[in-house]
Amino acid sequence: MRELQRYLQELIDRVVYLQDIKGENWEGSVYLLEDLKQLKEKFFQIPEKECHHLLESYETRLKILEDRAARELTPYEIVKITRNPQRFTLLDILENVYDSYTELGGEGDINVDPAVICARAMISRRVGDKIYLHQVIVIGHEKGHGEEFRNGGSAKPWGNEKALRYMRVAETEGIPIHFYIFTPGAYPIEDYPGAAQQIARNLYFMSKLRVPTVAFISEGGSGGAEAIGLADIRLMASRGYYSVISPEGAAAIEGKVKEGERPPRELVEFCARQLKITAEDNLRLGTIDRIVPEPPLGARRNDYQFFKRLRYEMIRATDEVILRTKSLKAFRSYALRRKKEEENPPEDFDIHVRWDLSEVEIEKLLDLRSKKYRQMSRHVLGLTKCSFRNYVEKTQDVGLRLYHDFRYGVLKQSQKIIQRVMEDLSGEGAAFLRQLTEPLKTAYDLLSTRPKRPKARVLPVEEGLVDLPELYVSPLALEDRTVTCPNADTRGCPDIWVPDLYGEFCGVCPNCGYHFPLEYQWYLSNIFDAKSIKEFNENIASGNPLGFKGYDKKLALAKKKTGRNSAIITFQARIGGISLIVAMLIADFRQGTVGVAEGEKFIQACDRARITKRPFLAFVHTTGGIRIHEGTLGVIQMPRCTMAVREYIDAGGLYLVVYDNNSYAGPVASFLGCSPYQFAIRSTRIGFAGPRVIRETTGEDIPPDYHSAENALRRGHIQGIWDRRELRKKLYEALLTMGGKNLYYK
Amino acid sequence: MALDNRKINQLLQSFRANPYRIFVVVTPHTGYLREFLVKEGDEVKGPTGKWLEKLGTPLFILEREKNPKTIRAKASGIVSKVNYELEGRFVEAFEPVLEIKHSLTQKEIIAELLRKTLHIVTAPEKARYFLSPELAKKIEKEGEGKVVVKPGEELAIMSFMKRETPILHEGPPMVVFRVFFSQGQMIEQGEPLFGLCLENERPYVEKLISRVKEEWPA
Repeated sequence: MRELQRYLQELIDRVVYLQDIKGENWEGSVYLLEDLKQLKEKFFQIPEKECHHLLESYETRLKILEDRAARELTPYEIVKITRNPQRFTLLDILENVYDSYTELGGEGDINVDPAVICARAMISRRVGDKIYLHQVIVIGHEKGHGEEFRNGGSAKPWGNEKALRYMRVAETEGIPIHFYIFTPGAYPIEDYPGAAQQIARNLYFMSKLRVPTVAFISEGGSGGAEAIGLADIRLMASRGYYSVISPEGAAAIEGKVKEGERPPRELVEFCARQLKITAEDNLRLGTIDRIVPEPPLGARRNDYQFFKRLRYEMIRATDEVILRTKSLKAFRSYALRRKKEEENPPEDFDIHVRWDLSEVEIEKLLDLRSKKYRQMSRHVLGLTKCSFRNYVEKTQDVGLRLYHDFRYGVLKQSQKIIQRVMEDLSGEGAAFLRQLTEPLKTAYDLLSTRPKRPKARVLPVEEGLVDLPELYVSPLALEDRTVTCPNADTRGCPDIWVPDLYGEFCGVCPNCGYHFPLEYQWYLSNIFDAKSIKEFNENIASGNPLGFKGYDKKLALAKKKTGRNSAIITFQARIGGISLIVAMLIADFRQGTVGVAEGEKFIQACDRARITKRPFLAFVHTTGGIRIHEGTLGVIQMPRCTMAVREYIDAGGLYLVVYDNNSYAGPVASFLGCSPYQFAIRSTRIGFAGPRVIRETTGEDIPPDYHSAENALRRGHIQGIWDRRELRKKLYEALLTMGGKNLYYK
Repeated sequence: MALDNRKINQLLQSFRANPYRIFVVVTPHTGYLREFLVKEGDEVKGPTGKWLEKLGTPLFILEREKNPKTIRAKASGIVSKVNYELEGRFVEAFEPVLEIKHSLTQKEIIAELLRKTLHIVTAPEKARYFLSPELAKKIEKEGEGKVVVKPGEELAIMSFMKRETPILHEGPPMVVFRVFFSQGQMIEQGEPLFGLCLENERPYVEKLISRVKEEWPA
């Protein structure tokens, strides 16, 4: 009888789960639930045999409903499956997939951040009669089954910092890392270390993490997912979602919904469809490598068959990462065998692969990771060229690299070495001679009546920065009227005459120093040496790779308005004679949002700076984040660009970031936030999420100056605040005093 | 003037007769008053929000040098006496445009009465203030509004940059009626620290407060 009772409860749970996904009134499921509840009430009045029959018939009814539900699943229903409290979480995985584990840096609610779990775990494989144990570090989000303190798997900045700390441990010990992504998004607060800045740091570190990494995505919410998502192989649960923004968030933006109001269900469904968030979509787009199959309506915490499969997939994926670094032949045969096993994974493994790598293999691993991310999402740009042109361009690239390596590498380095040796020799000689001549010199100075020799004077450094012949004046200055400074109430600023403000004052309030926004052309003309700008890659154009309905029109409008193909301008220019590469995100084109085209242009600019040994400046006129219309293809630009930046900085370059106006979300949480030299122009606002998102997510109000540059500086997110009028001078000083050794002028 | 029943009645009568405060909104500078955005009898709100970040209700538009500026309410209340004839005309600076009749709340009335009846000790410098240990002990034992301080007795300790200065009571013996700070709080210069009164006045001040609470419910 007890078994029957359990059977009944299980059926009730299944109906409730079905209703959670498809809605309460879906296809008469409500009647089935009523029948089951009635049976529960008079359970002990019915004979056992009859009860069994009844339950079986209910299960048949339920099975039919479940099959139908699985066939007609919409993307938004998949989101609901992923968010369901009955779904498996990381702790379930640690219990069922791994043989043993020890949680690090916290236990339950006594934790730095209960939303992030780090653990040292053992996973075993059987080969024949032998059992082999592998050690791994597991890092992931824990949603908890309704536990409030887990915060729904939304990692706070210090949670991501904890993840980074244990990545370092894994690197020191040389053991692989398994990442598990179960997050609706990062918790959007700026408290130190800062949501955006910490994700950027994690990405920067993971791009060259010297151990094999495998990520498994169940709920991949944008930036929060990327914080632990840059892995060698990315697996995804078949009923998981991976998206740039939650469907509700996208609907609120698309439908211009007021704060506090809920977007209509149809619009949320529409956005979920358009954003291409399912596992199949992501596999097709190339943002993940493989799908881990789940039961048709998603795996729940007691689906042991699924855990078995997941264990197999994690071991196989780690094996793959390791074998790729060893020998191509060995890997190929292994991969082929694996393909056959996909339908029915075996219990045993036919080989044992040791999960440690030699130095050479680590280099190969990093190289493969770099290539993998650099290739991601490029296919949508249609950059394939005819083989002859490709050949010519490749030859040009090699030529350019050889020239710069020879000119600023071999020649400059040998020149530097000789210079250093000469300096050492002359210093040594002078010190030796001084010992001999010093007594004589002192005696001579004492006896001599002549005044002492004057002290050595510091020679003034030759100033390389000359003023620009003529200042560009913004067309905003052509109006004959006055404007009010936003700080007039608190600082008593008088009204400013527009021709003065946008002309002589460069858009700065003469009383309080508030910086009024200026168009990007002002910076192009007033920062760089006259006629020194040479733009490149202007043909790489933003597109609509997901076929997002209604977006083509908006994109065409932006192109027409700006006369540009994307929100980023990449060019070579000079400041005080020093040549540099610049990537500039502009507000006029879709609020400086980053998509595939912008990411590709940024990477190419970064590579050009690396090859030609030029400093690299990212000037952010404004960025609104990742372009939601490009879905995960946009999100993937975060690791891609960070990878390029890491390689550039490691090569000894100088990566400067200057923020202006508003800079938020994805780019700040990746390739901008990872720079060691970030500066902001006064009156800039920098952050991860805007005030509205913070209010809606955390339920708390934020002060009006929460995202101000001053507060960003106070929190240590940026290194300084610059005045717009001194930007050219400040940049010149930074070029001379900062950066690595591999710059052509050093 | 010593506090007695007659004085209490007088004070309450003055608030009863006029439980409002009138805020006269003037033009901040010269310009054309383009449009009134409120009319007489409208209810307006001053800046709200935790950081007063939500602006007050727009009152009128003043334009100078093609720069239309919306002048907003700095206090909540009812709009009274709108100077309609100014609409569309050039106005000088500080010209009264309208009045906001602000109904005083119980808290505001009590604050004003206490300011009038108590002897207020203000912060001499911006610093952290601590109650003197003896006084703190006494207040804990006897309760607020019952402890008497004699001339020369220590009221509080002002602590700033590790420099500690005692604040002593001057004048006749008085009752510490109100303490306006919490232990170790940073207080700006000129802000009130203590509200003192003569011992024989204490029952009258208490009576005054209870009568305000009766007449002007929160």
